[in-house]
This record gives sequence, C-alpha cells and structure tokens, in this order.
Amino acid sequence: MASSYNAKEEDGHHSGAPAHGGAAAAAAKSKKPDNTAFKQQRLPAWQPILTAGTVLPAFFVIGLIFIPIGIGLFVTSNNIREFEVTATPTRDTSNVFMYYGLSNFYQNHRRYVKSRDDSQLYGDRSALTNPSKECEPYRMSDGQAIAPCGAIANSLFNDTLELYHIDSNGTRNTIPLVKKGIAWWTDKHVKFRNPGGNNNLTAAFRGTSKPVNWRKPVYDLDPSDPDNNGFINEDFIVWMRTAALPTFRKLYRIIQKKAVTTPTLPSGRYVLNISYNYPVLSFDGRKRMILSTISWMGGKNPFLGIAYITVGSICFFLGVVLLIIHHKYDTRNNSADIPN
Amino acid sequence: MLRRRLNRLFGGDERRVESRTINVGHRSGSPNEAIIPPKFCDNRIVSSKYTVWNFLPKNLFEQFRRIANFYFLIIFLVQVIVDTPTSPVTSGLPLFFVITVTAIKQGYEDWLRHKADNEVNKYPVTVLEDGRRIRKESEKIKVGDVVEVEEDETFPCDLILLQSSRDDDTCFVTTASLDGESNHKTHYTVPDTERNLESLNATIECEEPQPDLYKFVGRMHIYTNNQEPAVRSLGPENLLLKGATLKNTQKIYGVAVYSGMETKMALNYQGKSQKRSAVEKSINAFLLVYLCILVSKALVCTTLKYVWQSKPGQDEPWYNEKTQKEKDTNLYLKMFTDFLSFMVLFNFIIPVSMYVTVEMQKFLGSFFITWDKDFFDPEIKEGALVNTSDLNEELGQVEYVFTDKTGTLTQNNMEFIECCIDGFQYKYQDARSELDGFCVTDGPVNKLQQKAGREREELFLRALCLCHTVQVKESPEQAQDQVDGLTDQVDDLEVDGEVPYPSQEQRSFIASSPDEVALVKGAMRYGFTFLGLESKSMKILNRNNGVEMYELLHVLNFDPVRRRMSVIVRSKSGDTLLFCKGADSSIFPRVRQEEVERIRMHVERNATEGYRTLCVAYKCLSAEEYAQADEGLREARLALQNREEKLMAVYNQVETGMSLIGATAVEDRLQEEAAETMEALQGAGMKVWVLTGDKMETAKSTCYACRLFQRNTELLELTVRTLEDGGRRREERLHDLLNEYHKKAVQDAPPAKAGVTSWSSANQDYGFIIDGATLSMVLNSSSESNSSRYKNLFLQICQNCTAVLCCRMAPLQKAQIVKMVKNSKGSPITLSIGDGANDVSMILEAHVGIGIKGKEGRQAVRNSDYAIPKLKHLKKLLLAHGHLYYVRIAHLVQYFFYKNLCFILPQFLYQFFCGYSQQPLYDAAYLTMYNICFTSMPILAYSLLEQHICIEVLLDNATLYREIAKNATLRWRPFLYWTLLGVFHGLLFFFGVRYLFSNPALQDNGQVFGNWSYGTIVFTVLVFTVTLKLALDTRHWTWINHFVIWGSLAFYVFFSFFWGGIIWPFLSQQRLYFVFANMLSSVSAWLVIILLILLSLLPEILLVVFRKPRGPNARQKELVQSSVGGHQSPRSSARPLLMRTFSDESNTVI
Repeated sequence: MASSYNAKEEDGHHSGAPAHGGAAAAAAKSKKPDNTAFKQQRLPAWQPILTAGTVLPAFFVIGLIFIPIGIGLFVTSNNIREFEVTATPTRDTSNVFMYYGLSNFYQNHRRYVKSRDDSQLYGDRSALTNPSKECEPYRMSDGQAIAPCGAIANSLFNDTLELYHIDSNGTRNTIPLVKKGIAWWTDKHVKFRNPGGNNNLTAAFRGTSKPVNWRKPVYDLDPSDPDNNGFINEDFIVWMRTAALPTFRKLYRIIQKKAVTTPTLPSGRYVLNISYNYPVLSFDGRKRMILSTISWMGGKNPFLGIAYITVGSICFFLGVVLLIIHHKYDTRNNSADIPN
Repeated sequence: MLRRRLNRLFGGDERRVESRTINVGHRSGSPNEAIIPPKFCDNRIVSSKYTVWNFLPKNLFEQFRRIANFYFLIIFLVQVIVDTPTSPVTSGLPLFFVITVTAIKQGYEDWLRHKADNEVNKYPVTVLEDGRRIRKESEKIKVGDVVEVEEDETFPCDLILLQSSRDDDTCFVTTASLDGESNHKTHYTVPDTERNLESLNATIECEEPQPDLYKFVGRMHIYTNNQEPAVRSLGPENLLLKGATLKNTQKIYGVAVYSGMETKMALNYQGKSQKRSAVEKSINAFLLVYLCILVSKALVCTTLKYVWQSKPGQDEPWYNEKTQKEKDTNLYLKMFTDFLSFMVLFNFIIPVSMYVTVEMQKFLGSFFITWDKDFFDPEIKEGALVNTSDLNEELGQVEYVFTDKTGTLTQNNMEFIECCIDGFQYKYQDARSELDGFCVTDGPVNKLQQKAGREREELFLRALCLCHTVQVKESPEQAQDQVDGLTDQVDDLEVDGEVPYPSQEQRSFIASSPDEVALVKGAMRYGFTFLGLESKSMKILNRNNGVEMYELLHVLNFDPVRRRMSVIVRSKSGDTLLFCKGADSSIFPRVRQEEVERIRMHVERNATEGYRTLCVAYKCLSAEEYAQADEGLREARLALQNREEKLMAVYNQVETGMSLIGATAVEDRLQEEAAETMEALQGAGMKVWVLTGDKMETAKSTCYACRLFQRNTELLELTVRTLEDGGRRREERLHDLLNEYHKKAVQDAPPAKAGVTSWSSANQDYGFIIDGATLSMVLNSSSESNSSRYKNLFLQICQNCTAVLCCRMAPLQKAQIVKMVKNSKGSPITLSIGDGANDVSMILEAHVGIGIKGKEGRQAVRNSDYAIPKLKHLKKLLLAHGHLYYVRIAHLVQYFFYKNLCFILPQFLYQFFCGYSQQPLYDAAYLTMYNICFTSMPILAYSLLEQHICIEVLLDNATLYREIAKNATLRWRPFLYWTLLGVFHGLLFFFGVRYLFSNPALQDNGQVFGNWSYGTIVFTVLVFTVTLKLALDTRHWTWINHFVIWGSLAFYVFFSFFWGGIIWPFLSQQRLYFVFANMLSSVSAWLVIILLILLSLLPEILLVVFRKPRGPNARQKELVQSSVGGHQSPRSSARPLLMRTFSDESNTVI
C-alpha cells in the first residue's frame, strides 16, 4: 500500500523534475536484466539424486562400521565393573572410582538450579557480601550474607564414606581415597575461586555466614589442604554441577591403582563406613554408593553398545534388502526398456 | 475496496456528488456578492506517513497491530512481569530485531517519500495575482489561483485550461506518469473565455474530487458587465491533471480546481488490492494447530505439576525451599503464572523468525522474476514487473486462466485486410503496387460481380477518413524516439512526386485504438489520406490529390456499451453528414434491413476467418435534424448530473436511420507462441477461459488458432442465436439447452481419473461458448431459484469443458465470471490476464492478476500483480517460476514448523524429569540463536535457490505442474507427515540422550556431566539433524547452499566454543562454561550424537530411496512423450488463422 504509492509517486516526480529530467534518464537506464548466472537462476549446481545404487554402499558401510563399534562398546561396558554398596571387588588393575548416588532428588528443579551466585563463587568481593537475589531463601542468615549462598550449596552432600579392607587376619585397612581430580579442571581452576586467593580464608570470609544446613563454614571444608578449601573444594564443585535427572550419581573419590600387577581392590572382605548425615527419607529418596571402573567410553552403560549393534544390523539388513530390490528392479527395468 | 473500484470503473452509484464552487482568480462571481472564500485544502502533497516526532509511537503502533507481533509482545511482557524460566531477552531480542529492521525500512521509505514530497511541494510555479506574475512554491497554490505552466513542465495541481499559447485553443499533454499512456492527448480551453485573464470574472462549479482520472463534470459561469452570465460546460477534456506533462505547447494558463491531496493523482494510488495467497491461509491454519499444541502442552504440564506436587515432600523438599513470597502467593494465581511460564517456555514453537523468513523469501524471491532475461522484450525494452511479492507462490497454483483476447491472445497490431462496399468485396493485395490501382488490381474477388459505384467507394473511404479520433504526429524527427505502442509508422508512400503533401516524410498516426489507425491507413492505401485536424476541420487528401476540408461538428465517442462511434461533419458544400462505425450488432439494427443482407454475409465470413469487422454507415442530416441533435448534445454535455446517461440517450437518438455503406476487415495477428502457451497451460491442467468483448465468430476462430478448441472438440453453444433457434421463449430454450449440455458434458462424461491423464485421453473434449446477453440471463434469471440452478448447471458444464469462450462481454461481466468461478466449489485459484482498461476489473477480481504491457495503455499493468511484456511469458511465469516458488515456500513453511517442533519437544519432555518446574533444557543463548542464526540461513537459501526439477524440464513438461496442484504440499497430509517427523526426531533426541545419561559418568576420567551438558548434547544433535535434513531435501546445490549449510554448522560449533570459553561478566550464571568443550572430550557423547543424527535421517533416506525408482523413470518417459507430442507444434504464428477449413467442420458455425 504505502510502498506502491511511493513507487508511483516517484514516477510522477521524475517527470515532475524540470525539463531535462525524467525522460532522458529513463532512456539511458537500460532495463535489460543482467545475464548473470545468479540472476537467471543458472548457477552451476550439484544435483545429487539418492538412488538405491548410491545409498546401498552407504548402508553397508554404516552397518560394517556400527556393528564393530557397538560390539566394542558393549564389551567395554560389560567389562566395567560396577558395584553398588555391597561390593565384590575385582582383580582390576585400573583406578576404581567411587560414586555416591541419589535418587528422587530433583537437582534439576528450576528453583534449585538457579539458586546460586556464580559471581560469588568466582571470588567476587561484592557478590560475597551481597549475593544475588536468586539465592533466596538461602541468601542471608542473621543479617549476614551466606557464603556460598543458594539452595544448591546449602544442600551439599555431607555423608562421609570410608572403605576398609579386612585382610585375612581380620584387621581393617583403610583404603586411601583420593579426593582430587573429581571435578572438571576448568571449574576448579577458573569458574570457582576463593575471594582474595587461597590463603587465610577465614579472614576472606569474615562477615559472611555459613549455609544453614552446613555444620562448618566454607573455609573449613578441607582445612588440611588450602588448594581444596573454600569455594575450590572439589566435593563442593562436583555438587554445584547440577545433575540432569532426578536419579544421578556424582563422583566422590578415586581409588588409585597400586602397581601394575596388583589389583586396586584385591578380593577379600570390605567394610563401607558411612557417616549418615544426609537426610533423604523426607522426600522418599535413596542413597547409593557405587564403585566402578572407567573405560574410554566412561562409566558402565550398555545402552550405547546395544544401540549401535541394533542400528548397524538394521543398516546391514536394509542394505541386503535394497541390494535384492535393486537387482531385481534393474533387470526388470532393463527388459522393459528394450522394446522401447 | 474492490467494490469501490468497480463502481468507479463503471460509474455505478455515484449519482449524488457534492459540488464545489470556485472563484477564478479569487474574484467574486457577481459583483454584488461578497467573497466568502471557501476552504479548500492546500496544494501540499503528503505521501509520507510519519514525522520525526510521531515516528516512534506511530510506527510501533502500526507494527504491533499485526497479530503475530502482538503475540510476541505479549509473550515478552509475560516474561518481564512473571518469573519465567527464560529471560525476557530470549524472546525480546528477536522481537526487537524484527521490529527494528521493519522500523528502519519503513523509516527509510518514509524519508524517501518526504524527500519526494518536498521536491514536488517546493517546486517553483508562476501564479497570476492581480495581474502580476508571482513565483511561488507549488505548495502555496490555492484553489482558484490562475497558474502558468510552460512546456515540458508538469501541472502542479488539477487545472481547468483557460488559455493556451496555441492558436487553436488546445494543448497537448502526456499522462505517462499517471496511467502510462505516453501518447499526446489534446485538451481544450473553455470555449469563449476572454483573452484577458485579469479581467476574467467567472466561477466554476464542479463536482467534489473523485479518483476517476477520466471523468470530470463541471460548469463555468462567466460574468461580463452585468449581463446574464454565460455558461460553459466543462469535461475531462478541459481538465489538466496534476502529474501530467505539457507537451508541444509553449505556455498555458489554468485555474486550480483541485489541489494537494484532492487532486486526482493523489486520490488514485492510495489503495492496492490486498490479496492473500493460499499459502498464507495454510500458514495460518498450521499456526492454529501449533497454537493448540502449545496451549495443550502448557495445560498438560500445569496439571501434572500440581498432581505431582500434591505428593508429600515433592513440592518443597528440605533442600529446595520456597521463598516467603512464593509461599504467600494465592494458589490460583500461582497456577495461572505457572501456565504462563509454560507458555513462555514452549513459545519457541511459533517462531518470530518464520514471519521474517517468509517475508524475506517473498521479497527477495520476486527479484528473480524481474531479473529473468527471458521476460525481456526487446521491442518495448522492458522486462517483467512485480507489483506485489505476496503472490509468488500462487503462480504455481493456478487452476483457471481467464484471458482477454484482443491484445492478449492477439497482438492488437491491426492490419487492414479487406473491405466490402455495398456487398462487393475489395481485397488489398499488394502494398507495393500502385496506389491508384485500387480499381484496377483490387477488383472484386468474385469476378462475376461488379464493383460498387465509384461514388459509393469514395463515400466509404471518406467515411473511413473522417470517422475516427486519430491524430497525426507532427514532427517526424521526433517520431523515432517517442515511438510507443500507439504510434504506427506508415511505409514511405512510394508514389511518384504527384503527392504534394506528405512528401518523403514518415507519417505516423496516434490513436487510442489500433483499429482506427489500421482503418485510416487502409483508406490511405486506397488513395484517401487523412492529413490532420486543423482548427476544428479535418483535412483529407483525396485520390485526385485534392484537399478536402470538413468541419468537425461533433464526435460521438466510442464506448464499449454502445460499441460504435460517430462523427458529425459539415462538408464544404454545406451538407451535414453523420458517419458511424461500429460492431455489426450495434449497426445492423440502425440501418435499413435490405442493406444489411448484402453485407452480412461478408461480415460473418470475415469474422469466421478471425478478422475484426466493423460496419460503416452514414446519414445525411437535415438542418433541423442537426439543430436538434446539436442542442441535445450541448444540453447533455452541460448537465452536472447523469451526464453520461443523458449523452447516451442523445447518441442513440441521433444514430438511427442510417444507411450502411460497407464493412471493413482488420486482421489482428496472434501473439507470438500464443498457441504453444495455451497448449502448455492446458497441459498443466489449467482451464483456459477466453473472455472477450469481441464477436463470437472472431473469438471462436482465435480460439481455434490458439488450439484452445481442437478439431475434435465438440462445441456447446449458448448464445442469443441458439436461443432463438427453437422459436420458443428464450427462458425455456435456455433451460432446455442447459440441461442438454449438462447431460452431455457432465453426466455422460466418464468420471475424470484423478486429474492426471484425463485431458489427453480419448474421451470427447467439449468447448463451451456463451455470450454476454445469455450470460446475464443465466446469472440474473427471473426467478431466484432458477437463477442459482442455472448458475450451478452453467458452472458444472464449464468445469467439464477444456476451454470456455465468453464473447460479447462487458468488463463488469468479466469480473462477474471470475468471481463466480472463484467462489465455486473448492474455491479454485484463478488468474486473469489482460492488457486493456476493460480487463482491469477481472485482473483485480482474480487471485492473481497479470497485466500485459500492451498497446492499450498501462491501466492493466498498473492494477495487476505481475506484468509481463508478452503472452508467451506466461508459460515460464507459471510453469517455472510459479512451480518453483510454490515448492520453495511450501517447503519453507513445513520445515519451519518441523524444526521448531523437534526443537521444543525435548524441552517439553524434560519437564517430566524435572518436577514440572519449567526448567529449560537449553541455555538461553541457544534458545535465542536457534532460529536466528543456527538454522535460518540454510532454509532461506533453499527457499530462494532450490530447483527440485530444473527449469527446462519444467517448461518442457507442463504436466509436472499438476503434481503441485491444489496446494499439494501444504495440505494436511504432508503437514501431518512433517509433524510426525518432528515428533519422531524430538522423541529420539530426548530419549537417546536420556538413556545415555542413565550413567552420567561419560568422561574417561570418571567425571560426570550435569544438566547443561545434557541440553547441549540434545541441542547439538538437533542443529545437525535439522540442517542435514534440509541438505537431504536439497536437490540443487549451488555454492551458496554449500556455503550456508556447512557454514551454519561451523558457526554453531565455533559459537559454542566461544560462548562456553569465556566467563561472561554480564551473565549472572556461567551455565555453559566449558560445557561444549567437555562434551567433545567425551567419546560417548560423540558416539551418541552420530548415532542419533543417523538414526533420525535413516527413515528419510529410506523413503527417498524407495520412492525414487519410480520418480526419474516416470519423468523420463514423460519427457519422451512430450517430445513426441511437441514436434508437431513448433510452428510460429506467422500465419495465424489456419482455420478456414475449420469453420466448415465445426458443427455450430453458420
């Protein structure tokens, strides 16, 4: 409407311009369209046509690649030893990873997910004493800012798991659990920072209060190791990475392998000592402890292997079917074409 | 809107028009009256919409009036007000982008308009004020001012011509910028006004401004020294329109009657028909479906949320307490806000970007039509013109083509073929033979007969020379560069030096109708040359090289209803003669019957051969008769109201009792490739209807020539003649015939086999012929019940005929027919094509209106949606451009819905795993960028460049057009397919990753992934799948496609690294920090991504493969067929009317 009026108007104005205007200009401007490939829609183009002939090899190739991968995945996954709470140790000589698992725990609830202040965790001083509104109702306590604020931090998993090996003569040997290397490297070194460096955390956190549910303040999470204390405590960082599903596991400790020949967890009797602090019954939750080895594909998960084998087989099968159809069709087609 | 236009065109009901009184030069009419200066608007043209101050509010208001924008605004506001899962930025940013771009575009356009307005408004003009010439800016002109305009200037407002520098009180004007007609038009000063404008004391009474360019009614009262005021009638010939240009005249003076926004130019060009395409309707329907999906998703989630929360411990576990405020909120309010939050979370299913992309596709896509060099016509040096880009895809959906005959199917390039004088035939055989050999070489064809008397011959030729409105182009040098459709140069007269007048000049004639030029040129060949009109007298050079002068007394103009025109002239000897020429049907009843019989045979034979015939009659007026006629004409011309009707009555009264002299036959050659084009259209499944004002015989033979009717086509004729056959009442006969034809064509015909092959099969083809009079009987039957029944029968018959010919149509009837078909069952898509003013109504009425840049002015082009130089271009426009545009936009629409469905479905499913807490699955950046950056460019490129079948094949195989007929790819079935595909993909993405996450320890160092990794994996699969799905559909990979498809994917990867690689200070949460990089470090994530992409595309590939075996082969066969069929047709239309024998065979012709 508007534009068409405009166009017409311009017409009028061209001729409206003084004598020398309109006509000459219009005549000079050649209206012949450019003969370019683009404007004539004749750009050189690749015109792929998917036919049985072209797709057939692809199916076979996919089948041939996927089935071995699937078998590999499946075998790997099966080789991963994973034990929940009542563990039967193995002769595995690799690292054994210790997870705690929670179920029916909605770490992915929206109210929960957003209840954190990443600038506070990044070591920002102003955010330390004045945390984000998102942390409500875990933002202030007794007039002091909570550090670390928010529901996630407040509900930090605080059970302690200890594993003992009971050797033949009945003595309990503590199995050394490594608590470092359980969080993402980038989280530990970049995303999480203590305010004012890692030294003298007590002073740095002065004027803040501990989360309500915590027994000790954040600077006492691991007093023995200044590199694992405060916001950069790895247990804390792991907890702060909210899980995707209501049933989840989180890496707790790593049992380092000993020597090449000796199994990390030799067979024998083991005792798991859990200091039960973390209430889960109120929301109908469950706790688990999982010991697992890890392969190149991560933890035990038969899904991928089965999926790959299935898809690979389907492709292979389709390949065969197509081959037959194609073959038959081709001959019929040829014979039909001859009379023409 | 349309109604108004139609009314305007045909002078419907505008009887009561207010009138205005203007004092010329602001001097009061009668001296004793005080001047009460009436208030008229100033002469400022305001085409701009905005000013600097109101731009922002007004523009925003305009934009948010669009329902889509308003919806997005509401979503945005909900996000701002309610605590919603996604930040307002996610929907605000796209909306802001769209609004800003539109505002900038509109602002720029408005700025251009301001500039143009200023140029016009500040243009200096000269105004006479109290005897002085004063320079003024154009916008300061007031109604009543006397304005001076010089040669080649445009008129600053609508003026009544008072004085011209030419001796004969005329001036020449071109209205090229108004209606595209570049011929010179003559305008006349008001008769008998004083030469001295300063002392002119007059008032003008005229109608209030009306948009019709060709209508003006007014009266001028001239007061001279207390005498009774003299009254002069004013008509369009006295009115100079703003925007027109003064030509061939040094200087004129005129008085302003309409100014500024009330000028006829400003009143025109305001509205343009708002046609909506069928695709748009489909989009709206789909949108509604998706809106329902959206609402039901939100409802389901809200309900489940409250069900879930009712279990103890779920709503507020100890680790996740609510704030005090949340606890205090009213439950129902909470439910409502939850519902809104879900709406916001899922609102991406209806993306803003679709509207933007569709608009861009249409806007950019239409350039390909203007760019197409095949549409370039070297003769007029112009290509195709796109007036609206909204209907591109409609070109691929046409089911009915309504075409004009003259100028559309035929060239409107008239050539005088033969004439018949008193029943004797004169055929002009060789243009190069001696001219005065008329009597010698061009004897009667029938040797047995004698020639008509010399006297009659000369009378006939004089009639041809006098009865017209042709102008002679004066300066031969200029003729060359100003050639337009209407001038037609006559070959050098190769006569010996005897001819004194047009020595070696090239003489060219200008007329509003090419028939007239052909007739004048025809007469010239036989020795009578029209030399021109000089001060009201027409000069003729006769055979003996003597110049004859005739005083032109009156011109009784041609109009399509009367179908004839006359002139009244006075010869030197004092005789007053009336010459009349017109269609046989309008002349025969007005002459003596015995004369008719002699000529009728010739006329009908000529018509059968496809010539345009005109009959010429004359009459000697006695002094009394003339006086009476003269008075009647003057009176009617002075009438302010119903002038047309009064004039018509006088015309009819004068043009009676004439005697027939002869008839002429003019050939109108077929357009280039007219037959091929029509054949292609019919092959494409379109029904072609010819709507013409011409005679049945002429039209029928054109139809044969265009191969609309074939040799074996059985013609069903429903015309005045067949109705009169039975000798019974017309109504009864009509009833019988309709029933008979219906039985034949509809009931007995085997049911058409689902479109594809019925046209070529052996069953009988029917052609239907109806004329205007019968049509109005069908449509306006006496009884109401009959009327609808007849209409139904008529429609059904027509729908079963391969071609329909409607002759003797008035313009309004053309529109009526189009409307009737348009509203018939199944509401088929109609296309009208025409070149003249009489086609405007049907062009406006049809879904798609196409104008041909022909010889009958530019009105059709101006009112059309697309304009092409020649009929033959229609084939490519529909079969190639239309087909491609339709496929492109249909795919675009389906794909958009699909990709947003599988985008949002995982987010919906995620609600079942996060306690219905509206937790988004994807990061806000992904939510925002998905439609803007990651997946928008490939589909845009596809929708501009795709050629699933290449253009040549489309042109060669008209049948391919049938594959997309009836909105084939936007029906519910394909929509359902795409929707199911989207659902399948969404489910696959979500659950694939969900099973992977049953053990979130996915890295080889035992570390676990969180919810953002989950979303990122799903999103990565999504972006890749959706893009590769498009890649699979792309049949035409240009480098641009490669660039945008692979570029989009690369951009996604690059962006994800970048977005996750930095701690962004402005973000409150660093959710994606290194999530993408960590994902890529996990082998399992890689494997699941590859697996899911492949699995989603597998069914598609299979489908393509299984469908393919039939595809290309069938196509090849079609190719073979068409090339076999095509061989018989590549003849040019050099000799168009090969139908001489046809007429004998076809069963209805005389």
